[in-house]
Amino acid sequence: MGKEMLTGNGAAAWGVRLAEVDYIPAYPITPQTEIIETIAKWISDGSMDASFVTMDSEHSMITAAGAASATGARTFTTTSSQGLLYGFEMIYTVAGWRVPLVMVNVSRGLSSPITLGPDHNDILAVRDSGFLQIHCETCQEVLDSVLMAYRLAEDERVLLPVMVNMDGFYLSFTREAVEIPDMEKVRSFLPEYRPEHAFFRAAKPMAQGVAVLGGDFYSYFKYQMHLASQNALEVYKEVCDDFEKKFGRKYGTIDEYMLEDAEYVLVMINSFSTLGKAAVKRARENGIKVGLLRPRFLRPFPESEIKNALEGKKAVAVIDQNISVGKGGIIYSEMAGCLYNEVDKPLLLSFIGGLGGKNISQEEFEFIFEKMISASDTGIVEPPSLLYTESELEGMTKLKEIAGKE
Amino acid sequence: MDTSTIISIKELPPEENMLPGTAACAGCGGLLTLRYCLKALGDKIIIVNAAGCFTLLTIYPFSPFRNSWLYTAMACAPAGAQGVRDALDILIKKGKLDPEENLKVVVLSGDGSAYDMALSSTSGAIYRNLDFYYICYDNEAYGNTGFQHSGASPFGSRTGTTPPGKEVPVGSQLQKKNLFDIWNSHKPPYIATVSPAYPVDLMNKFKKAEQFKGPKLFISHIPCPPGWGFDPSRSVRLAKLSVETGLWPLKESVHGEVEHTYVPKRFKPVEEYLKEQERFSHLFKPVRQEDALKSIQEMVDEYWKKHEFLP
Ligand SMILES: Cc1ncc(C[n+]2csc(CCOP(=O)(O)OP(=O)(O)O)c2C)c(N)n1
Ligand code: SF4
Repeated sequence: MGKEMLTGNGAAAWGVRLAEVDYIPAYPITPQTEIIETIAKWISDGSMDASFVTMDSEHSMITAAGAASATGARTFTTTSSQGLLYGFEMIYTVAGWRVPLVMVNVSRGLSSPITLGPDHNDILAVRDSGFLQIHCETCQEVLDSVLMAYRLAEDERVLLPVMVNMDGFYLSFTREAVEIPDMEKVRSFLPEYRPEHAFFRAAKPMAQGVAVLGGDFYSYFKYQMHLASQNALEVYKEVCDDFEKKFGRKYGTIDEYMLEDAEYVLVMINSFSTLGKAAVKRARENGIKVGLLRPRFLRPFPESEIKNALEGKKAVAVIDQNISVGKGGIIYSEMAGCLYNEVDKPLLLSFIGGLGGKNISQEEFEFIFEKMISASDTGIVEPPSLLYTESELEGMTKLKEIAGKE
Repeated sequence: MDTSTIISIKELPPEENMLPGTAACAGCGGLLTLRYCLKALGDKIIIVNAAGCFTLLTIYPFSPFRNSWLYTAMACAPAGAQGVRDALDILIKKGKLDPEENLKVVVLSGDGSAYDMALSSTSGAIYRNLDFYYICYDNEAYGNTGFQHSGASPFGSRTGTTPPGKEVPVGSQLQKKNLFDIWNSHKPPYIATVSPAYPVDLMNKFKKAEQFKGPKLFISHIPCPPGWGFDPSRSVRLAKLSVETGLWPLKESVHGEVEHTYVPKRFKPVEEYLKEQERFSHLFKPVRQEDALKSIQEMVDEYWKKHEFLP
């Protein structure tokens, strides 16, 4: 179908359209609304044959989505931030139903204070639910990931819902040239959904979501979800191979940028890693051997790929666009856990940056590179720090003066 | 289902769609209601359940039902019903599902869910004119967690969170919410109150409801032996007393027009009903709470006066 200039939201909507989704329960929240409005328009003008319903809340929306998925319809829904948290209870429930729902989350900082800019506390709050999590850097990746998400979720070795994540504003409203795949080709990659496991039919009564009494049974079912999530790593390789064959674009569980000969590595996710890549490129021009690693999956966590990619590196700086209050960066903890038992592990530095969409400047990246180099020279790793410039502090101080607090 | 009116209990369908051997308490009026409801609805249904006592009717790998079951959560069974109904409809429309395989969608919840936590998702489902049946078994408290106060708990009742004491001798000081009117203000095609002591009335209401597409509510006032505090053998008698005293009017509303389906010839005093239950015992001893008892009777009388069945 060729290329079109699409926002991240538009790309997500195209992914849903191409996946020939049957059902979309919806509820608006900025910055995700463009996705549901685009789909609603297509359904209204007849270019998409699906059923669309606006629900009374995200709690209801996720319930309806999961229930439709359990009935055998290919289902999509999308939310962001407070909406995701409002539906939190049902995120766990739907994952436990083992239904192949695909949901796009457009990341946005959490209240309070209320804000619109992105960070990843929303999506990371549901990290342990059983939903697989794919994180996207570009609009193209959003569209492609929606298609791959259905392939993964519907595979009988996985049967878990998938969340595809992108940053609000930075990606949701950035227009990029996106290749819209041909419908016939998409069908050959993602055939019509024919449920074989969970679905409700008159001739075959089935109970779903039933109670278990006792930890023996509960543990069994929970661990089955864990194993299925791990299976997704293998299945994903097949999905990627097939995707590359059909569409020519190559994806992995991690994205490696100038990593091969790098001594120092930035770890970042989502659209801010584009800023990181630009900083890496400039640092390379100055002779610093740095690269960037971007996990595309956070669940399942691609442990062995990450370990391989970081083997022999001197220092790794994780830039967390999230804050686990009272602990620090969440991905830093994940990385530390992943590398802890490695004999030849790199030093691991932690930075919190980009909260609520705060910019990360070239100077801040340079600051991080310096810290990595000095840590590897001295062997001393400084405590985690918040990326916050003098001028940002000045700006904040001014606001405090106006508020009468200084 | 044959929609002609039945007149005697002998005409109830003999088929049982819920089999014995569940984890519900002996004498549970809700279970008896459900048994009758399922006789009326048949087995081509899916029950979408909210957290409550009846969640424990299916415990892996057992189910007492001949039909399908989906447990959702306490706040959102109507939203689960929406997902199932919409999915079935679109799959049939797209030719992916044989219409023979279609199911009626039934929400099953207690009063805590129906009157409190799921009110928003219920309102949404009625507003969207979802084609479903909603069965609420109303034991007037949160039963599964040990009988705490819910929006359905009546004035003067003792619950786990409204214990009568020196400062508050009457127990609950709030009046029961009126779920019937809350639903009715949404103008759904059919709403009814039912009772497990009046199965013929219940059955006829289902027969009537079946002709309507859209939301259909059945609220059953159900005796709960452990919560109300009475011997399980007296369950049906108590259900009957709640109707005969006028406390639980049996009625229906078709597109907003309310009619009573049974009016006792002579209303028994509410005390007859209250004094049989431990949850009202503080109204009688150590001292009679005359004001409270009077106001409960007045509330009942006012209702029937308003509807012109009492002078
Ligand atoms: C969000 C949430 N809060 C609390 C509970 C605990 N809970 C389980 S059942 C229940 C009571 C439900 O009461 P009701 O709807 O009246 O049904 P019943 O127990 O009487 O059958 C509660 C509070 C829950 N499951 N979910
Ligand atoms: S507690 Fe009451 S409502 Fe719940 S199962 Fe027992 S009798 Fe029925």
